Amino acid sequence: MIDSVIDAARPIAHFLGFTALLRRAGFAVAPEQTMAWLAAIELLGPTGIGDIRRAAHATLAPPPERFAEFDALFDAHFLGALDAHLQSEPSADEPLRAAEDSSVGPEPIFGDETRESGAKATGAERLSARRFAPGDEGETLRRFARALPSRVPRRRGYRWRSARGGPGTDARRMFRDAMRHAGEFIRLRRRKRRLRQRRIVVLIDVSGSMKERTQAHLAFAHALVRAADAVEVFTIGTRLTRITRALRLRNREQALATASLVVADWDGGTRIGAALGAFLAIPRFAALARGAALVVLSDGLERGDPTAMGDAVARFARIAWRIVWLTPLAADPAFEPRTAGLKAARPYLDKLGDGGSIDSICANVLDLASERAA
Amino acid sequence: MAVRRTIVGIGNPRELEEALRAAYYLADEELSTAAYLALALGKPLLLEGAPGVGKTEAAKAIAGVLGRSLLRLQCYEGIDAAAALYEWNFPRQMLALRQEGAGQVDIYRDEFLIERPMLACLRRPEETVLLIDEIDRSDHEFEAFLLEFLSDFQISIPERGAIRAYQPPVVILTSNRTRELHEALRRRCVYHWIDYPAPEREMRIIMMRASGVGERAARAVVAAVGRLRREPLAKLPGIAEAVEWAEAATLLNEQGARWPEAFRRSLGVVLKDEDDLVHVAPRIDAILAEAQA
Repeated sequence: MIDSVIDAARPIAHFLGFTALLRRAGFAVAPEQTMAWLAAIELLGPTGIGDIRRAAHATLAPPPERFAEFDALFDAHFLGALDAHLQSEPSADEPLRAAEDSSVGPEPIFGDETRESGAKATGAERLSARRFAPGDEGETLRRFARALPSRVPRRRGYRWRSARGGPGTDARRMFRDAMRHAGEFIRLRRRKRRLRQRRIVVLIDVSGSMKERTQAHLAFAHALVRAADAVEVFTIGTRLTRITRALRLRNREQALATASLVVADWDGGTRIGAALGAFLAIPRFAALARGAALVVLSDGLERGDPTAMGDAVARFARIAWRIVWLTPLAADPAFEPRTAGLKAARPYLDKLGDGGSIDSICANVLDLASERAA
Repeated sequence: MAVRRTIVGIGNPRELEEALRAAYYLADEELSTAAYLALALGKPLLLEGAPGVGKTEAAKAIAGVLGRSLLRLQCYEGIDAAAALYEWNFPRQMLALRQEGAGQVDIYRDEFLIERPMLACLRRPEETVLLIDEIDRSDHEFEAFLLEFLSDFQISIPERGAIRAYQPPVVILTSNRTRELHEALRRRCVYHWIDYPAPEREMRIIMMRASGVGERAARAVVAAVGRLRREPLAKLPGIAEAVEWAEAATLLNEQGARWPEAFRRSLGVVLKDEDDLVHVAPRIDAILAEAQA
């Protein structure tokens, strides 16, 4: 009995090795997909390696833009065609780390975690600590916080609720009323969709080129987190760091001080494309961007690969509701994106706006809801 | 996992491919494998691809092969349960109550229930194929709701209790990928990415679908369309456009227009965007000449 189980397990182990390899390379493969794949292989015969490959495509469902990578891994695993760069380090294309401010209080868990670590920094990164002092933009931010609740972007919820006016008739409720009045319909009841706030995701560039502005940006993010319900704030530089929790503290100085401790890559280099890629590679972070309004505060000066930045922004465009990129360089009305990174990203942005001052950033965020073109 | 090796006499992907061809749909090996696996494993089939590569056609052809009727649920922003699942027929309920007067009447009987595609599919799984079209247009909440439906094939109606399919229904989902679907949804389905067909296959599709198009015209259309798909156009020509272009140009040619001229005059069939036409205009002669060579 046991022997037969082990005998059956032997060929399966090779297939399971492939799904493990996929996971190491950053493909999301669920156990139910693995089971479906094994069942599919058995169904097809299999009559050859082509059957196994096609079954893998159908059940393990690699995203279309990663087909080539998937096939290369498949060849490497099953045909022994070892590709040098794949062999060396399966997750080598993702050297960027994501950190989270886990020090402050409990936090609801969003979904399954995969890779995120506070692994130690490489020598290439310049890690530094920084202290914040409150600036003089207090009045602007107070006005912003007051205006925001009525102007946050909203979406229609799935559920209906009865309302005085609305596109639908609340027949269910009218029916109940009619029961009370001997089957007579007395009033026409209406219903409409409940409106919900869209999540706002803010990415703040903390690289060296944005040095003078990061403090004001964090103060702005703090005001935003305090004023709206669903907001997530991340810093991007050489790393990706989630600072939402730190910014939830009521007192601004305290919040900024806590945030400054969490972020380790102040004034370092910029690898925006890699940071955005890391954001999307972590499913529970990517889930935060789904249907959200994404606000990027960055000058777009990319030291890494500009095509990576374009690709990452394109993916964001498919997930997020709207992307607004606010750059201090656009304070000049004659501004045109010149850097390769920003040029690659430009077609996917809903707006490339002025992020030169706190006033203009606040104005742009307040306009999020009204500017939606289609 | 309930596995059915043979469905309506189809026991492997090749047989399905042949059956689809008999239904005038040319599937490649990947698509027929994915579709066969979806049927055999009792899982939904998720077809993704650019607009106009024949996703909806594939669903129609599969329904035809299975000899089942196709229930199509077109998704849109704001689609809700009343459009997808069921609705009570309130006017009829009211009339029934009025007629009955003082007597008792059960107003939650079947006759007062208006079936929408998803409920209809659950109640008659062996007669229907459910096509959930362009799911990327719906809201996230609908997607989440769909996930629940696709995992249990069960829905609950408060007045009636849960309704469950007694066998897994055949469900086909399509997406244009204007936004990314939830990982969980992709995970639950058998997945296939439909690409634009290879030139040889597209030519066979044109010859099969269009009447009276000669081989030379079909070959030229395929080459020109392939070239146009590499241009940065707002709307890339799909297979249907290629078929129509071949038909339109053939018609003009029969009425006396010479070949490159016939293609150029019927360009509106294949490019339907003013900006695209303007973009292509300076090079269209070169593209057509190259395609005819």
